[in-house]
Amino acid sequence: MAKAHVTTTINGDEYEFLCEPQQSLVDVLRNELRLSGTKEGCSTGDCGACSVMMDGRLVCSCLVLAVEAEGKEVETIEGMGTADDLHPLQKRFLEINGLQCGICTPGILVAAKALLEENDNPTESEIRYWLAGNLCRCTGYDKVIRSVQAAAEDMRKG
Amino acid sequence: MATILEESGFNPDADLKVVGTNPVKHDGLDKVLGRAKFGADAYLPGMLYGKILRSPHAHAIIKSIDTSKAEALPGVKAVITSADFPEIPQGTGWGDMSRNTIAREKALFDGHPVAAVAATSEQVAKRACKLVEVEYEVLPHVIDVEDAMAEGAPILHDYMRTKGDENALDVPTNVCEKMVSKLGDVAVGFEAADCVVEHEFDSKPMHQGYIEPQGCIADYSEDGLVEVWTCTQAPFVYRDRLSAVLKIDAAKINVQQSELGGGFGGKTGFYAEPLAIILSKKASAPVKMTLTRAEVFRGTGPVSGTKSRIKMGCTKDGKITAAEADLYFQTGPYTGSMYFNAPNAMFTRYELENVYIEAYEVVSNRPKVNSFRAPCVPQIVFGVEGIIDEMAKKVGMDPIDFRLKNAAKEGHTTIYGDTWGPVGFIETLEAAKETDHYKTPVKDGEGRGISCGFWFNRGGETSSTMTLAPDGTVTIATGTADVAGSRISIAMMAAEELGISVDKVRVRMADTNSLGFNRVTAGSRTTFSVGMVVVDNARKCITELCRRAANIWGVAEEEVVYEDGQVKPASSNVGDFEPMSVGEITSKTTMTNGAIVSSSSMNVTGAGPGFGVNIVDLKVDEGTGRVDVLRWTVVQDAGKAIHPVQVEGQLQGAAIQGMGWALNEEYIYTDEGKLDNPGFLDYRMPVASDAPMVDCKIVEIPNPKHPFGLRGVGEVPVVPTMAAVGNAITDAIGIRPTSLPMSPPKLLKLIEERDAG
Amino acid sequence: MDQVRYEAPNSLDAAVGLLSGSDGMAKIFAGGTDVMVQIHSDLIEPDLIVNVKNIPELTGITHSNGSFTVGAATPVVEMQEHKEFCKTWPGVIEGAELIGSVQVKGRSTIVGNLCNASPAADSVPPCIAAGATVRIVGPNGERQAAVEDIVLGPRKTSLEKGEIIVSTTFPARPPHSGDCYLRLTPRTEMDIAIVGAGVNLTLDDAGTCIAARVSLGAVAPRFLLVKECADALIGSKVDDEALAAMAKAASAAADPISDKRGTKEYRIKTAAVMARRAAEKALERAREN
Ligand code: FES
Ligand code: FES
Repeated sequence: MAKAHVTTTINGDEYEFLCEPQQSLVDVLRNELRLSGTKEGCSTGDCGACSVMMDGRLVCSCLVLAVEAEGKEVETIEGMGTADDLHPLQKRFLEINGLQCGICTPGILVAAKALLEENDNPTESEIRYWLAGNLCRCTGYDKVIRSVQAAAEDMRKG
Repeated sequence: MATILEESGFNPDADLKVVGTNPVKHDGLDKVLGRAKFGADAYLPGMLYGKILRSPHAHAIIKSIDTSKAEALPGVKAVITSADFPEIPQGTGWGDMSRNTIAREKALFDGHPVAAVAATSEQVAKRACKLVEVEYEVLPHVIDVEDAMAEGAPILHDYMRTKGDENALDVPTNVCEKMVSKLGDVAVGFEAADCVVEHEFDSKPMHQGYIEPQGCIADYSEDGLVEVWTCTQAPFVYRDRLSAVLKIDAAKINVQQSELGGGFGGKTGFYAEPLAIILSKKASAPVKMTLTRAEVFRGTGPVSGTKSRIKMGCTKDGKITAAEADLYFQTGPYTGSMYFNAPNAMFTRYELENVYIEAYEVVSNRPKVNSFRAPCVPQIVFGVEGIIDEMAKKVGMDPIDFRLKNAAKEGHTTIYGDTWGPVGFIETLEAAKETDHYKTPVKDGEGRGISCGFWFNRGGETSSTMTLAPDGTVTIATGTADVAGSRISIAMMAAEELGISVDKVRVRMADTNSLGFNRVTAGSRTTFSVGMVVVDNARKCITELCRRAANIWGVAEEEVVYEDGQVKPASSNVGDFEPMSVGEITSKTTMTNGAIVSSSSMNVTGAGPGFGVNIVDLKVDEGTGRVDVLRWTVVQDAGKAIHPVQVEGQLQGAAIQGMGWALNEEYIYTDEGKLDNPGFLDYRMPVASDAPMVDCKIVEIPNPKHPFGLRGVGEVPVVPTMAAVGNAITDAIGIRPTSLPMSPPKLLKLIEERDAG
Repeated sequence: MDQVRYEAPNSLDAAVGLLSGSDGMAKIFAGGTDVMVQIHSDLIEPDLIVNVKNIPELTGITHSNGSFTVGAATPVVEMQEHKEFCKTWPGVIEGAELIGSVQVKGRSTIVGNLCNASPAADSVPPCIAAGATVRIVGPNGERQAAVEDIVLGPRKTSLEKGEIIVSTTFPARPPHSGDCYLRLTPRTEMDIAIVGAGVNLTLDDAGTCIAARVSLGAVAPRFLLVKECADALIGSKVDDEALAAMAKAASAAADPISDKRGTKEYRIKTAAVMARRAAEKALERAREN
């Protein structure tokens, strides 16, 4: 089978991989590159667990062809922070318990970060609508929203 | 085997330092960094990918399966069918379980596995599945309970006769079981009633809806040892069932649970694991299997859809005199719905003298139901609490006062024969009355509903070890799965008992080789039961720490005491010794007989029942029947909240799950018996913009049988949800919906009926 | 599926050449939000995937003499970011915004939404109501078509083999014009419309409706452009009576099926409700302009 050769940048590092033309980006991230922080909950764009940034746009990586990543900049949860240097969102999700099982968390964090970069003072309703594509079955969303609100405040204060 | 701590040591006035605080959970950091390993996040050298071929028919005889073309595809390493599994007789528990894993004589639902493939990539495995040729003889199918019970209905199992029904004829039926529960005499009770309300209700199956599809890796080694990595709520139960179904010694199977991406009951029974094991055996390589979302909907357990008729009566001053019900539960193609919870729980929380309930469990061509928070109870309580609301209105009482008037208290003997110790139902209702929400008048154009619920809470077999490292830090191994953050609560209880900082304690989810049997995480048993065992372990370690310190000091054991994480001389008479911390003692264990370790196994009893109240405000769009839920308050007795923020999370999550079940979640079938909405697009779980914030008020009426007084909190909060929404809709539109989900088309129809008079 | 070919041509000619020259199933890939789902669900097994995002004519939004042209591969998010477009066609944006989550809107396009040929697509009724047209290029040259003429039925379009929609053009707006799209779904987001209604109307200085287009989605095998609805509004002050007549015409025009998303009966009833609410909002906007 003719596989495509793709060169891309993920979290600032250059990666090369081979993939089939119809393979999704989430499939390659997880199963070829073993960057398993990005989750796959539905493969149809309905759960948001696979959210990543591609050239500065928030996307579902299950709806992106891996070949499209050629020459692009991809950012995943693995690039968001480290234990010593957590992103304010990561910090607040931990403190406020914005996660229970944590399977939706990488996607929600990536999506919320994209929101706060666009709007540093979102209302509750703006957060809820922005995150409507990120399903969470555990939390009932309450503490997710509160975590985002608190992180936004932290970021405004700098 | 102990069943409970002889002396719980519960002290209502204890000055708790750790319990009741909200430390960051230890597993959180890996989760926010994307490093936590869930079911699908493991990779082994030489690993193959497995895929399942599923029946496209709801009911069909499997006449033959030809796997030769699939086997010939390059990259395919194994193809299996039921012929690769031990044959276990039909109609037995293990026989059903084996057939639910892979169909043998017949495919019994759309999505029933019929074959599986292992190949070098998922793409190849997918292609190979399409090359497996199955010859089916399609049979008439039946989806709903009523149809399945009707005369001439297609029969799923020729051998099935109704258990528990002495009048049942000796002919094949789809009714697996009948259960009758009674107290007193309902005829007398209804005679005494001034007001009688009766309705028929129905509900559709809902899916647990965890965001993580099932994922596992099985590795069958050449010498017959089986390693399984999987996202499960029940590693030990999986092991023992795998052992029984595959006829492999339990000791040769080691199940390691991964992080669990949500379960809610849905990961208490296996699906792909046995297939992965047999594929691995056949292919001589590890096999990874991950279900797609469509497979999760088609092939894994939803909850029971139901039909019921409920009738209750009360006097004009609001005393309930009788309650009666007929209940019918879908179970999927095999028995095992846990429908018996419903008669046991539906009225339990009220002091009732006259009750009569008949409950039936019925098979049909749907996926086998699996448990979900308070299995089989919330969808029935929807009816009970609706009727209670209606009675309260009819006799002109405040809905909370009506419930208070009938509330059961300590000393109450339940329909299932238990007599209660201290319970907090009355306190929970009173706390609900005091909430800001309840005191605020309902806004114009909105409706308000209240409802309450009960869950038994459970204990069960629990086994755990505690190991003190030379530096004094503590490792707890537990085999009762953490499904929502129990690890931190367990660490906190250990830290509290040991008098050390919670940072010094780590809880690890052990594999099944390392511990004694642990029951499934279900029934709100985990923090309660593991807590009990962990406190036992901590006490044993303390005894040992004292012994070691006494040994070092050369004094008798009775002459030392343990306080605040230190061993001290019991009095100044003992001698002038500096207190020794845990770390100081453990650093010297080389000289004092080696490491300090303890292990505890109990079949835990003593769980205290839990109660919750929901208050819901919402608005109904009368033009379309759409509902917007605007405000939600949960009041619940937690006994003692070990980690209050975690408890709140349980209550909030349950509320919104219940909201989804109440309003939109349902399984929709085509006329051919195929599931028509196997995805998140059309199986409508609440999204963030659908939900309100959920306020919580935690009531603490301790369960003295537990060292810290706790009660389970996972199941109770989902029990009242749908009834609260239903009662609020009734309040808003003036007519009672009796069919779940209360979706826009149904509500619009009710509104039109109301307007037509 | 064994030999899927992926191409990302830089020119329209090359794309047309690839599409018209392929023997098996060729799929145009712009946002990919439908194609990816169809591939994943095994609904389609394309032999050729042609990514058209590198073709200059298909990207970006141009504005001249009051009319807007939106490249076919322009993601919805770029339309949302175009202030002038949003101000002029709030109803079109309302439809486009409902295509999916933020994640999906970063990728999906209104032309993709159209060509997927689902009668429930949210961005189509407001485009039809707007009187938008599409420019189509194919092996036999170029043509224009009204948006309402593209979808013939579920999964069926009037596009010939090898034809590509290059862009969508929205006509210049007379003063006192307003549009709106509303849809009915059980959830607030992430659903497929049970009923969708797009209304576009223009008033004269006295507030009398002088032009109107009303389009309904999800109530028939094709998108409807309901002349009777427009007639009920034109010449009126868009008062209660006119709105009621329009709503009635919407129900009368609806010819839906019952499916997992809604019953026939429910769709017919709510078509009236949604059309009326959309008209009220469009009226409010027209009065402001
Ligand atoms: S996996 Fe991509 S949205 Fe669910
Ligand atoms: S925390 Fe479990 S799905 Fe969100």
